[in-house]
Amino acid sequence: MTNHNLRDVYGRTLVELGKENKNVVVLEADLGKSTMTCYFEDAFPNRFFEMGIAEANMTSFAAGLSLTGKIAFTNSFAVFAAGRSYDQIRQSICLPKLNVKIVGSSAGLSDYGDGSTHQTVEDIAIMRAIPNMTVLVPADAVETAKMTRAAAAHEGPVYLRITRSDLPDVVPENEEIVIGKPYLLRDGSDVVVYACGAMVSAALEAAEAAKAQGLSLRVVNVSSLKPIDEAALKKLADGVKAIVTAEEHSLIGGLASVVTYAFRGSALPIECIGIADKFGQSAENINVLMEAYGLTAAEILKAAVAAKRKATV
Amino acid sequence: MNREHIAKVESAARRLRWDIVEMIGPNVRGHFGGSLSLADIVAALYFYKMRHDPKNPAWAERDRFLLSKGHAGLVQYAALAECGYYPKAELAKLKTLGSILQGHPDMRRMPGIECSTGSLGQGLSIACGMAAGLKLDGSKAQVYCVVGDGEAAEGQIWEAANAASHYKLDNLVGVLDRNRLQATGAIEKRFNTNPVVEKWESFGWHVAECDGHDAASLIAAFDALDGVHGKPKMLVARTVKGSGLPFAENDAAFHNGAVTSEQYEQARKLFCADAVH
Repeated sequence: MTNHNLRDVYGRTLVELGKENKNVVVLEADLGKSTMTCYFEDAFPNRFFEMGIAEANMTSFAAGLSLTGKIAFTNSFAVFAAGRSYDQIRQSICLPKLNVKIVGSSAGLSDYGDGSTHQTVEDIAIMRAIPNMTVLVPADAVETAKMTRAAAAHEGPVYLRITRSDLPDVVPENEEIVIGKPYLLRDGSDVVVYACGAMVSAALEAAEAAKAQGLSLRVVNVSSLKPIDEAALKKLADGVKAIVTAEEHSLIGGLASVVTYAFRGSALPIECIGIADKFGQSAENINVLMEAYGLTAAEILKAAVAAKRKATV
Repeated sequence: MNREHIAKVESAARRLRWDIVEMIGPNVRGHFGGSLSLADIVAALYFYKMRHDPKNPAWAERDRFLLSKGHAGLVQYAALAECGYYPKAELAKLKTLGSILQGHPDMRRMPGIECSTGSLGQGLSIACGMAAGLKLDGSKAQVYCVVGDGEAAEGQIWEAANAASHYKLDNLVGVLDRNRLQATGAIEKRFNTNPVVEKWESFGWHVAECDGHDAASLIAAFDALDGVHGKPKMLVARTVKGSGLPFAENDAAFHNGAVTSEQYEQARKLFCADAVH
């Protein structure tokens, strides 16, 4: 699997969208060289709005732009995009269902150096809880490009969560991305692993390692955290004996909540890999940090073994 | 401006005041204070200054009116009904289940509402974005946005003030409802946000002042602002909270208060004297 940078692809896709549609506008809170909106600024300076380090105003300002027919993308680190601007997203954008895309960059633990203030473990939970909001978490660069396009095409608020890390390509280039649909990436018969974001490639790695133990893992990419086609999600568990979820996010309100809720009343045992109600911290690289928080292929495999052991059928 | 314009605005303001009182009704709490302080300003905008079409609320070239202090929505509901955006009979349904008259303005329910407001501090930012979008389109439309002086304690107001002057949004006219009262008392005592004029000027805005209850003063001020280019404009309108109801004027208790049955009849006499029907 080749690694690609999600932010870079996001920035380039914005430029493509800007070429195709003059109504696409981009707002930035002084992080354009990190979120990679700098490409759009170079290409379309008149449609790029540097809003200074003032995320609240940026978010409501985007609402105003959308009210003149613009498709507005606001950009910052996820922790500020979703956290600092929560009330503006709720009141200015989601309540009137305006066509604004909130892009949370350097999400999860991926800003490993900057530590807990700049990492976000709860953004998916906060954004999912707001009515009218759509929440998308691409698993690689290919899906980032497709989801940026899907977000632009979708009429209404979208939260797009983008990691800082380079991630292995896992989504087929020819796959059409439909909001709300979960995607089967690898079939297996014993345990289904529902994963999102950076944990999708970890799940695929776990599936490969599981073969040696005679365990067959199915891997599903749940990149639409909201809405989610529950029937499709459940169908992807047909025939397996247990379920594992894996996400680079708190166990509260993210993928674990989506899946356990969808499987309410089901007899299938479920194990959840995620961040156990803790903040992040600084580390020398992302791998050390992911390991410290139990967000690895090895942990997914352990969880799959444990879940299957609990299975009664 | 001529006498006819002035008389039209004055008459409209009386109707708006009565609509506000009637909408809330006797012995029920409602946002009287801040709605009444805006009656003349809103009348001057909807019945004189703004280009708008009640039959076509989505007309692209219309001027926009935004109420950043969304709790004064009653005055805008009244103006929209009086202009014919929706039937006046709806006013009786204020804050009832399913009504287009929500506690705070809801653009998805009521025609003519430009954006949903109510969480203080956000409307001015929305107005800035709207003004920037209209400029991108080369539109001549103006954006009018009322900010409360109590609301100006919100930090986001000053983020917006910065953004408006950075982007030279001269199609944006702010109106500061300078009634000097926040919900719990005098601004000077409770949480002092003075000085007003100097602050807006230092943020790069052109600032004008007027009597917010004098139709001629408001009309002249709005007209004069048309000639100011290159920067956003703030009209500081000196107002009286509860304006028009002698028992409510300058009384913070009427921010969200109730009138007695006797006061309700008194208001009817004050505002309906020139009613001809």
